Amino acid sequence: MSLNAILAQTMLGLSQGVFYAMLSLGLAIIFGLLNVINFAHGALYMLGAFVALIGYSYLGPWLGQPDWHMGFWTALVVSPLLVGGLGMLIERFLLRRLYDFDHIYGLLLTFGIALILQGLFANYFNISGTPYPGQPESLSGIVNLGFMYFPKYRLFAILFSIVVCFATWFVIERTSLGAVLRAGVENPKLVEAFGINVPRMVTLTFGFGVALAALAGVLAAPIYSVSPLMGADLIITVFAVVVIGGMGSILGAIVTGLMLGLVQGLTQAVYPPAANTVIFFIMVVVLLIRPAGLFGKVV
Amino acid sequence: MNKSFLTALCATGALMFGAAQAADGPSDGSVKVGVLTDMSGVYAAIEGPGSVIAAEMAIEDFGGEVLGQPIELASADHQEKADVASSIARRWIDRDNVDMIVGMVNSAVGLAVQGLASDKQTITMNTGAGSQELTESQCSKYGIHYVYDTYALPVGTATAMVENGGKKWFFITADYTFGHSLQKSTARVVRELGGEVVGSVNAPLGTNDFSSYLLQASSSGADVIALANAGNDTVNAIKQAHEFGIVDRGQKLAGMLVFLSDVKALGLETAQGLQFTTAFYWDRTEKSREWSQRFLDKHGEMPTMVDAGVYSATLAYLKAVEAAGTDEADAVRAELGDMKINDFFVTDGSIEPNGLMPHDMYLVRVKQPSESEGPWDLLEVVSTIPADQAYIATEDSACPLLGE
Amino acid sequence: MSIMNRVFWVVLIVAGLIAPHFVYPVFAMKLLCFALFACAFNLLLGYAGLLSFGHAAFFGGAAYITGHAVKVWGLSPLPGILVGTLFAMVLGAIFGSLAIRRQGIYFAMITLALAQIIFFLALKLPFTGGENGLQGVPRGTLLGVVDLSDPIAMYYMVFAIFLIGFLIIYRTVHSPFGQILTAIRENEPRARSLGYDVERFKLIAFTLSAALAGTAGATKALVFQFASLTDVHWQMSGEVVLMTLLGGMGTLFGPVAGAVTIVTLQNELASFGSWVQVAIGSIFVVCVLLFRRGFVGELARRLGAKSA
Repeated sequence: MSLNAILAQTMLGLSQGVFYAMLSLGLAIIFGLLNVINFAHGALYMLGAFVALIGYSYLGPWLGQPDWHMGFWTALVVSPLLVGGLGMLIERFLLRRLYDFDHIYGLLLTFGIALILQGLFANYFNISGTPYPGQPESLSGIVNLGFMYFPKYRLFAILFSIVVCFATWFVIERTSLGAVLRAGVENPKLVEAFGINVPRMVTLTFGFGVALAALAGVLAAPIYSVSPLMGADLIITVFAVVVIGGMGSILGAIVTGLMLGLVQGLTQAVYPPAANTVIFFIMVVVLLIRPAGLFGKVV
Repeated sequence: MNKSFLTALCATGALMFGAAQAADGPSDGSVKVGVLTDMSGVYAAIEGPGSVIAAEMAIEDFGGEVLGQPIELASADHQEKADVASSIARRWIDRDNVDMIVGMVNSAVGLAVQGLASDKQTITMNTGAGSQELTESQCSKYGIHYVYDTYALPVGTATAMVENGGKKWFFITADYTFGHSLQKSTARVVRELGGEVVGSVNAPLGTNDFSSYLLQASSSGADVIALANAGNDTVNAIKQAHEFGIVDRGQKLAGMLVFLSDVKALGLETAQGLQFTTAFYWDRTEKSREWSQRFLDKHGEMPTMVDAGVYSATLAYLKAVEAAGTDEADAVRAELGDMKINDFFVTDGSIEPNGLMPHDMYLVRVKQPSESEGPWDLLEVVSTIPADQAYIATEDSACPLLGE
Repeated sequence: MSIMNRVFWVVLIVAGLIAPHFVYPVFAMKLLCFALFACAFNLLLGYAGLLSFGHAAFFGGAAYITGHAVKVWGLSPLPGILVGTLFAMVLGAIFGSLAIRRQGIYFAMITLALAQIIFFLALKLPFTGGENGLQGVPRGTLLGVVDLSDPIAMYYMVFAIFLIGFLIIYRTVHSPFGQILTAIRENEPRARSLGYDVERFKLIAFTLSAALAGTAGATKALVFQFASLTDVHWQMSGEVVLMTLLGGMGTLFGPVAGAVTIVTLQNELASFGSWVQVAIGSIFVVCVLLFRRGFVGELARRLGAKSA
C-alpha cells in the first residue's frame, strides 16, 4: 500500500477516533465519580443527534413555521444542554437510588434506559437512518490535503472534538474545580466537610458527561445518517476503549479513543472485515498484560 | 417430590403425546396471503409498509374473496434477519394457515423462507430479494422469483457503462448472498464486453460510513465504481462519494440495484445522471400511471418496482387459485405455470419451471433537476431490455428441478 | 423442600407436559430453550455473583457448532447437542480463566469483549454462513426411532433436555459446591481465609454455566433449524441478564419465570414494532429500582420462605 493510501486511511481513522474519544471521555468522567458504567451513553449520543435533526427538519413544521430551522451551530449548544439536563434528571431521580447497592445495578438501569430511548425513536424514525440536511454551508466542500481530498466538515469535526477533549482534560486535571472533583472521587466525606454539596456535584458531573455524548451526536449527524440505533453498536466499542484506556482515566480515554480510531482505520484498509473487532482483540491483549488498562492505576 | 408422582406425570405426558399425534392437520376455510417484509430497517423504503398496501390493493381489486371464501392478509416485519423471518414463516404456515408468502426483501431472508416453505409445500412469491440462487441451485418447486434478479440487473447498466468507456471496474459489495451474487454476474457482463475488474471490497450490510471503501475504490484507478448493494447502503455510498468529491474527479458510480425510493432519498442534485436497471417505473404507460396514482393516494409515495411486483404477484396468485378451484399448493403452482400474466407490471409473463418469471427490464437515467416537472418526475426510460435478454434462458439454468 | 418450591415443581412439570397442546409447539420450545439459558446464566450471577455480559457467545457458539455437526457431519440430534455443549464448555473454561481474575464491572466488560470476538468469528468463518446464518439444519431422528420433524415429538425431547439441565443446576446449587459458591458471593475474603480456592470455584461455576447455556443454544438450533448472528449478538447477552433479573436472580425458578415473561412479551408485542423494546426497557428499569429480587424472589420473601 502506498504512503498516501496509509495517510488517507489514517485521516479516516482519526475522524472515527474523535467520536470514540468524546464518548469514552464522558464515560470515564461518569465512571470516575459515580462508579457507574453508563450503558445509556450510546442512546444519549443518538438523542443528541436527534435533537439536531428534529430541530432542523421537524420542529418548524410542528410549530406551524415550515421555513424555520434550528441551525447546526444552535444545535451544537442546545442539544448538549437538553440532553445533559435529561441526564441530570436520570441521575437525580433514578441512579441515585442505587448507590447503596452493587454497581452492577447502575449498569443494568442504564441498559434499560438505553432500550427505552432506542425503542421510542425506532417507532417514529427509520432504523436505517435519516439524513441530516443542516450541515452549514461554510463547511461544505472538500479540501486537498496533499495526500487526499478530505471533506471540510470532517476536518472541522476532528479539530473541534480534539479541542473539546483536551479542554475537558485541562479543567479536570489542572484547575481548582477539577481538584475538588477529583477529591470527591477519592473521599466524598472529606469534601463534604469542606462545605461542598457532593450530591449536586455528582449530578452536574453526570450531566456534563452526558452532554459530551450529545455534543458528539450533533457532530456525527451530518456525517452519518441519524438513526435510532446509531449509538447501540458504537457504545460496545466505546466500552472497550474505556477498558483499554483504564477505567476512569481521563487522559487514557482521550488518547486511547484517538489511537484506536487510527488502528481501526488502518485495519479497514488492510482487512476490512476485522475493522469492527480489532479493538476487542486489543482489549483482550491489554487486559492480559496490564489488567488495569494502559493508563489505569493498578488497584 | 416422590417417585410415584413423577411416574404419574410422565404417564400423563405419554398419553397426551399419543393423542396429539392423532389430531393433526385441520383444513382451513380461507385463502390467506402473508406479506413478510422489512417494515423499518435498511430496506423498508423499498419493500416495507408500501408493499402491504400493494397487497391490500390486489386483494381489493380481485374482489375480496376467492372460491367463495374471504381473502385474508397477514403482514410481519422480518427485521432483515433470516432467523426471525423463518420463525414467522414457520408460525404462519403451521398455525395460521397462510397459503402464500410474498415479499422477503433481503436474499438471506428470501432463501431461508423459500427453503422452509418448500419443505412445507407452501408457495412463496419472492418480490424483494435479488439473489439468482433462488431459481438456480436453491430453486424450489414452490418458490417463485418475480421482480428482478442479480442476473438481470447488470445487463442493461453494465452494457451502457462499458460502451461509454467505463472499462475498469471496482466493486463495493454488500457482504452477503445478494451482494456476492450481484458482483459475480456484473463482472461476467463486464468481462464479456471487454472490460476488466480491478478490485473489490466487501462492506457489511448496513454500513453507515463507506469512506474507507470509497477511498480504496478511488485509488484503484478504476473508471467505474460499482455498488453491488441496495437500499440505504447504496444511498450512503453515493452520498459519501459526493462528499469526498470522487464523482467530481471523474470516476463514475454505477448503482447495480437502485430503487425509486433511493433516488428520492438522494435528491436529483446528487443522483442526476445515474443510470440503472429497473423492472418498473410509474411514468411509463397509461396503465402504470393510473395504478401508481392510486398507490400514491394511499401511501403518500410512488411505488418502487417491488411494490408494483407485490401487487402483480398477489393478483396472479389469486387468479391461479380461482382457476385451479383450490388453494392446494401443487394445483395452484401448476396453474401459475400455465397462465399468462398481464397487468400494468408485466405483459404476457409466464412462470418457468425453475420459478423465474422473465419479463422486460428498463434501463433508466436519473433526470437533471431542470428536467424534472414534479416531485416524482425522477427518471427517464432510456431503453427496454427484452425479457429473453434480461433473464437467463431456462435451458442455461442450473436449477436441479429442470433435469427431472 | 419448601411448599412454594414444591408448588413450583408441580406447576413446571405439569405445564411443561401439557404446553404443546395449548400453545404453538415451536413457541413452547423457544420458551424452554430460553428458560434453560436463563437458568444457566443464573447459576453464575445468582449463586456465584458474577455478571457475565458475554453469555451469548456460549449460547450462539454452541448453536453454530451443533448446527454444523448435524448438518454437515451428519450427527444425530443428541450427539449434535452434546458437541455443541462441549464446545461451549471449553469456550467457557477459556473465557473464565481470562475473566475471573477481575471483578464486578471489569468482569462484565471482559466477558463482553471476548464475546464480541466470537461474534466476529461467527460473521467471518466460512461454515457459519455470515449474514445468512447457518440455515436448513435437519432435526433428524432421535436415537434412530423418533422422527423429530414432528413438532410434538421434538417438543418432548426439548422438554426432557430442559429438565435434565434444570436438575443439574438444582443439584449443583444444593450441593456443598453450591454452598461454597454462595459463601464466596456473600463474602469473598472470608471464603478465601477459610482456605477455599476461590478462583477455582468461580472457574468451575463459569464453565458449568457456559456449558448449560451452550446446551440451550444447541437445542434452539435444532428447534429452529437455524443458527444465526442474533444468537451471538451482545443483545442476546443483555436479554438473558434481563430474564434472570426479572424472575429473580439466585432463585431456582425465577429465571424460568423471567424467560417465559420476556419471550411471551416479545411474541405478543411483535406486531407493535419497537414498542417491545420500550416495554422491556421499562420493565428493566422498574425491576432494578423496585424489585431487585425479581418476582419469584419477591414472592418468596412475602411468603416468608427460605431462599428458594
